[in-house]
Amino acid sequence: MAELRIEDLAISVDGKLIINGVSFGVRSGEVLALMGPNGSGKTTLFMTIAGHPRYNVVRGKVMLDGEDIIKLPPEERFLRGLMVAFQTPTVVPEVRLSTLITAMINKINGRKLTDPAPPSLVNSLMKGIQEVGLTPAHLSRGVNHGFSGGEMKRSEILQLLMVKPKVALIDEPDSGLDVDGVFAVGKALLSLANSGTAIVLTTHSAKILHVVKPTRVLVLNRGRIAAEGGMELVEEIEKVGYENFLKAR
Amino acid sequence: MGMRQDLYNLIEDGITPEEVLSKNTPVRRSVEIKGEVTKDVVEELSKIKREPDWMMRLRLRSLELFNKLPTPNWLPNWVLDNINLEDYISYARPDVNRSSNWDEIPPEVRQYYEALNIPEIEARALMGLGAQLDSEIIYINIRKQLAEKGVVVLPMEEAVQKYPDLVKQYFMRVFPPEHKFAALHGALWSGGVFVYVPPGVRIEAPIEGFFLISNAGEGQFEHTLVVADKGSYIHYIEGCSAPRLSKYSFHDGMVEIYAHEGAKVKFTTVQNWSRNVINFNNKRAIAERNAEVEWVEASIGSVASFVYPSTILKGEGAKTEITGITIANGKGHVKENGAKVIHDAPNTSSKVVNKSISANGGTAVYKGVVYVRRGARFVRSHVACDSLVLDGDSKAYTIPHDQVFDDTAVVTHEAYTGRISEDKINYLRTRGLTEEEAKSLIVLGFISDVTEGLPFEYAMVLNRVIMLEFSKYGKVA
Repeated sequence: MAELRIEDLAISVDGKLIINGVSFGVRSGEVLALMGPNGSGKTTLFMTIAGHPRYNVVRGKVMLDGEDIIKLPPEERFLRGLMVAFQTPTVVPEVRLSTLITAMINKINGRKLTDPAPPSLVNSLMKGIQEVGLTPAHLSRGVNHGFSGGEMKRSEILQLLMVKPKVALIDEPDSGLDVDGVFAVGKALLSLANSGTAIVLTTHSAKILHVVKPTRVLVLNRGRIAAEGGMELVEEIEKVGYENFLKAR
Repeated sequence: MGMRQDLYNLIEDGITPEEVLSKNTPVRRSVEIKGEVTKDVVEELSKIKREPDWMMRLRLRSLELFNKLPTPNWLPNWVLDNINLEDYISYARPDVNRSSNWDEIPPEVRQYYEALNIPEIEARALMGLGAQLDSEIIYINIRKQLAEKGVVVLPMEEAVQKYPDLVKQYFMRVFPPEHKFAALHGALWSGGVFVYVPPGVRIEAPIEGFFLISNAGEGQFEHTLVVADKGSYIHYIEGCSAPRLSKYSFHDGMVEIYAHEGAKVKFTTVQNWSRNVINFNNKRAIAERNAEVEWVEASIGSVASFVYPSTILKGEGAKTEITGITIANGKGHVKENGAKVIHDAPNTSSKVVNKSISANGGTAVYKGVVYVRRGARFVRSHVACDSLVLDGDSKAYTIPHDQVFDDTAVVTHEAYTGRISEDKINYLRTRGLTEEEAKSLIVLGFISDVTEGLPFEYAMVLNRVIMLEFSKYGKVA
């Protein structure tokens, strides 16, 4: 049973406080939806938890299975079971997507980075690309190189499916995806949650949430949690918009 | 997997091939020539080798040219200071009888090669192997079926004695002693492999020549000559290694290739000299009508290296491809890996791909020439140079030179210089890779279109060696 607990986290970027005292927790099999208007700090939160050096932790803890990982380098956080799917992942033209996925799996299993992919990985990759709507050709291209916005999302989700981390933070997996894509990604996330991964995901649209059915919904505003509840919050936001929703609190 | 497994493991443990070799004891010499390179020295060398007159005359003429020709003014001073020939052993014959059976090679010598898994790879993946230690070939063997087809693979000296008429037609005629180091090579050459492939014979697996320098302060001047007769095919692989030495050693080898009509020669070099070796190599091919010559020069080791594989496209429809991988990793390291193509006939085509990686104060240089003769109609040539610069202390230079004298020629050039951005590193770190691992994965990917053209076991070794380069020395400032 894995658990991620964020405790009173405050984060600044270039001297400006973006997140100011956020706490929440998520456990294996749970899906936590993190909503909030543009600029409310969702991406900052994820980037910081991932360990990106640009983000400065002012105070607080990020507890993964009882261990504070806030001082660990990003690669150590990954190896302890935390993985982030980015909203705008970096393009790495030199490294093939298949090479990256193989390297990740090798790293997790304590094998040499450049060892060939084990047959089991090849099989699940072939299944995985179908699940998220990519083709073998995407695997042999550079990571996100020449990918459309939607293909980048699918590639991030594919990586999650292959790694099956303890905790997955997924930043807007549905933006830029067509209706079928939203459905496919939603289903993939559901199966990830069912296999025991604790999921935190951000989104601006209720569509994907109707597929993944979050166990809880948090609404972030100006670096703080403004509301907490269930799907009824999502429906209210859909109806009245963030401005009115937040005014009413 | 399995091939060269020991080497992989050692390299994974952070031990370089040069360190593996350094664990062994120096090999005893039966003959050693040292000091200023004079007429007497060259004559003595020729006598030791019991050469015919024409070869001794060739040596002496080369020596004269060496004394006359100017020293290249573009060499860095520290390189010039360290190739003071009087200080070098210009000929070192190891005290080993040549054999075609590894069991007959004394264990203290055999262990060098075993440390690098050479006998094993020979058994698994090669059609023939010649192994040189210092100035002499100590082991040479080819598969029986090749010998039956009339393929000749011999130590150069033996070929000079056994097939003088054949050798004489080509020896230093593809690459005459036209500059100072080619001339020095002509005077002092020793060892190397002679290969002759009869018409129509295709050798499907590679033949390897493996060169080892075992001692500091030594010059190695091996001469490799590959003659591919009409419609034949051969892939020759050249590997170089040396233990970490106490002072500089100097390598001034030569490779000549003659591809007759419709023949194809692929020549791959994986140069992994230790960081005490200053490396010159004179490489030139002539391609007759519809022949193809493919050079792959992977320049990984050595502290300074100057290699420009060249092809003269002499016959109509001849083709060449020259691929270079250069790693200049370390303060003061200067690695020049260039290419020269002479289009001397109509409808000839060339493709040059050069990939360099510079890191930790290293300098990688591409120097290239594409020459198209007037009257060589409808020539096509494309040169692509990609440089990856890993930090602010390192440099990459691309110096292409086109001389085109026919207006039907299409000669194109592209160059790209990339840096490894923090964003790329950070992204890969969130995927569980350390900074060094992220860098090496990017570097390996950068050269993958080249390494994937290599035989599996060489690509694997190359990848591991590169991984090691960037894990051990690759810390970012």
